[in-house]
Amino acid sequence: MSSPLLRAVEGEQSDVSLVASSPTVDSSQNGSGLKERNYMGLSDCSSVDSSAVSSLSVEKNNNLNLKATELRLGLPGSQSPGRSSLNTGKLDEKPLFPLLPSKEGIYSSIQKNVVSGNKRGFSDTMDVKNSVYTAGNWMFNSASESESPQSVEQGKFSGNSGMNVVPSSRPSGAQSSIMKEFPGNLLQEHHRATIGTSHNHKTASNNNNSAPAPKAQVVGWPPIRSFRKNSLATTSKNNDEVDGKPGPGALFVKVSMDGAPYQRKVDLRLYATYQELSTALEKMFSCFTIGQCGSRGAPGKEMMSESKLRDLLHGSEYVLTYEDKDRDWMLVGDVPWEMFIDSCKRLKIMKGSDAIGLAPRAMEKSSNRI
Amino acid sequence: MPRMGYSFPEEVLEHVFSFIQSDEDRNAISEVCRSWHDIERWSRRRVFVGNCYAISPTMVIRRFPEVRSVKLKGKPHFADFNLVPEGWGGYVAPWISAMASAYPWLEEIRLKRMVITDESLELISKSFKNFKVLVLSSCEGFSTDGLAAIAANCRNLRELDLGESEVEDLSGHWLSRFPDNYTSMVSLNIACLGWEVSFSALERLVGRCPNLRTLRLNRAVPLDKLANLLCRAPQLVELGTGAYSSELRPDVFSNLSGAFSGCKELKSLSGFWDVVPGYLPAVYPICSKLKSLNLSYATIQSPELIKLVSQCQNLQRLWVLDYIEDAGLDALAASCKDLRELRVFPSDPFGQEPNVPLTEQGLVSVSEGCPKLQSVLYFCRQMSNAALMTIARNRPNMTRFRLCIIEPHTPDYLTLQPLDVGFGAIVEHCKDLRRLSLSGLLTDRVFEYIGTHAKKLEMLSVAFAGESDLGLHHILSGCDNLRKLEIRDCPFGDKALLANAAKLETMRSLWMSSCSVSFGACKLLGQKMPGLNVEVIDERGPPDLRPESCPIDKLYVYRTVSGPRFDMPGFVWTMAENPALRLS
Repeated sequence: MSSPLLRAVEGEQSDVSLVASSPTVDSSQNGSGLKERNYMGLSDCSSVDSSAVSSLSVEKNNNLNLKATELRLGLPGSQSPGRSSLNTGKLDEKPLFPLLPSKEGIYSSIQKNVVSGNKRGFSDTMDVKNSVYTAGNWMFNSASESESPQSVEQGKFSGNSGMNVVPSSRPSGAQSSIMKEFPGNLLQEHHRATIGTSHNHKTASNNNNSAPAPKAQVVGWPPIRSFRKNSLATTSKNNDEVDGKPGPGALFVKVSMDGAPYQRKVDLRLYATYQELSTALEKMFSCFTIGQCGSRGAPGKEMMSESKLRDLLHGSEYVLTYEDKDRDWMLVGDVPWEMFIDSCKRLKIMKGSDAIGLAPRAMEKSSNRI
Repeated sequence: MPRMGYSFPEEVLEHVFSFIQSDEDRNAISEVCRSWHDIERWSRRRVFVGNCYAISPTMVIRRFPEVRSVKLKGKPHFADFNLVPEGWGGYVAPWISAMASAYPWLEEIRLKRMVITDESLELISKSFKNFKVLVLSSCEGFSTDGLAAIAANCRNLRELDLGESEVEDLSGHWLSRFPDNYTSMVSLNIACLGWEVSFSALERLVGRCPNLRTLRLNRAVPLDKLANLLCRAPQLVELGTGAYSSELRPDVFSNLSGAFSGCKELKSLSGFWDVVPGYLPAVYPICSKLKSLNLSYATIQSPELIKLVSQCQNLQRLWVLDYIEDAGLDALAASCKDLRELRVFPSDPFGQEPNVPLTEQGLVSVSEGCPKLQSVLYFCRQMSNAALMTIARNRPNMTRFRLCIIEPHTPDYLTLQPLDVGFGAIVEHCKDLRRLSLSGLLTDRVFEYIGTHAKKLEMLSVAFAGESDLGLHHILSGCDNLRKLEIRDCPFGDKALLANAAKLETMRSLWMSSCSVSFGACKLLGQKMPGLNVEVIDERGPPDLRPESCPIDKLYVYRTVSGPRFDMPGFVWTMAENPALRLS
């Protein structure tokens, strides 16, 4: 006799739950009952309509192509980074094991089946010939593309550039046929969904030494807790840097937004410019945006100029602010990027109207620093 | 129904039961008969809920009305590595409000990976007159204001342990809210606080609490103030220093050294941020008594570490950075014969090249030299099957083995083979192994070994490993005692999951991220297994906008008796029996 209630309330040292039935018996019994099925045929829950979908996601769907409800973050003077050839899918799967000579024969058969990276859906749908990447389709800044984290896996690419792109090798054939059928707006959605938490984008290295460029970091790997990572980061900042290599690890800061039900976290080391950060945050918080976002200009227009910042600040929707080491709230974008990530303790997306008073203080403060 | 003439009166049974602490045993007792069930439930004082969504607070309260101590866990373990998006859940508020009215005599609350607000902290401080223990391990959502409420209102507080929680630091003055006549602190751990606390309040608090046994300071407490604190609390058993750096001055050194010497009971040391090596000898007087040493934030080099560790003959637990090097681990193996637990953390986890000479050899040495070694967490950059086999044969008493080879897919560096047989040896020889984390290049083979041999295994962590569903199938069908399984970036898909669906009800939880599980399979699982919550976590948007065969981003499956939860954010969907219930 097994009591589900007691199973839930289990002992810490309990090796076995109270379930009387032996797991192996059960699973083999049910295993024989649950055969491999054809999911397509079996999906009797084909109700992918709104009844199963909450209002929030309906809103998201409806807003998919409406620029009016985009969250825009005003930043001064940011240029949209040029769209380089970083988007080309590199099918180069040469493993990178710095201590060893590579032995292709051993790995290739194994790695063909190994699923790489974190961006599952995106790599599925990405057409490696890049026919999808036409600027005009994207509702977000072009900056979003340069940082779009294609499926990246450590050790699977020749790391010359700061951005390494490898689409995963998909083990099952079904997926590749899906790729071709994907309608454009769903692809857009996938692209938009390449949100901060699974970024494999490496900050552009400022190295001028001859060491190989640092690889992109996989989220959550190696498995080290944030507290430890942040402690390490602070320690190494305090110590002298011997060879000027970029700072270690991730730098997670909390991001809150007025009116959002919960906070998010971003790793500041994933970005090299304010524009990249801004875009990532837009994506992250766009589901919370309500109402219009002020004057936009034509879709695909990406320049963030001084005047646009002013426009955005005055009466437009949101601006990005941060709390620095002295516990002051400052407007993001005034100081050089490196200085910013050095002092930023957390971020807040405030209503533009609330943030107006910040701008002059930020200018003052940074001029005092100099 | 007439009672059997020879049964014990209730009071006697209750008294007998009071000696039974283990939940397993109590669960067994409660199934003997109706009256034992009733007596047991009225006398159960401690409740542990390993997954806060497995059961509702109401159900717990209804079943166990007289609880004094509650322990809850929220987010899945991989939340520690930022794999669980913020806002996923783990809110403790419903528990606190339910318990506030139902358990007025509650004394202890221990939470792990949960979100707790200042409001909840305040409610705790005002609802439980005899509140004694608050442990918040890896929690978040609260600020120093909440702590101020606890300090101000909990007259009987004995333990306040903030673990590695994220606390919003609004003011360092919360510590001053402990009333002047409050003297009952036994254990205080504020190591996670980023900003300064009011030092004078801290000093006074430490000075007036004669039973203080554990004091873990935060980094902001400067070294030159440490001696003072120690002199006020010579009875300390566990100490976490603040920053261990200061200009080298003889007077500061001698004060510190004297203060440490005065702490005759000190058995555990931690902290040691920003170490200035010149101050390390201040702790030498107490090294021989130390059982636990956490130097995992101390960026000191191998020679100093060796000097320190060689004096700790009674050491049972060591946490250290890889600065210790193989040579330091050799010294450890030679000096610390009572060592039970070793954790070696990477000093430069994101560098491409090894920055210190720490290899598999260090671990092999310790496994050879320390006969009681049973718990290992080891980050390194190279490993071999031979080393793993040696470790396995040396230490069949191993119970927790977590190896993290920093670069995914790293093979045996000597043979370039996968590390299957090495880990196979571990599970074969270490028959009491309860926890295992894999890394390196691994095929389905290793999972066959695990399924075959790891019969006591309770928790398994897998990353960048395996070749096919067979791997997952081996685990799910073979590991009889598996409770928690967490997998990331492995080519495991639908087949093994669905074939072993029933197994999932015997486990606490399963996490799979960046694998090949399709949305269709998740739906099927949710439909077929009403005793499970099948959560699809996907920040790309609603999964039903994509074809069903499309893999989802993250999957979290756990057994529950309280059905789908209702506090999910917009990027989590529960696959339920009834599609209409599938709230997005």
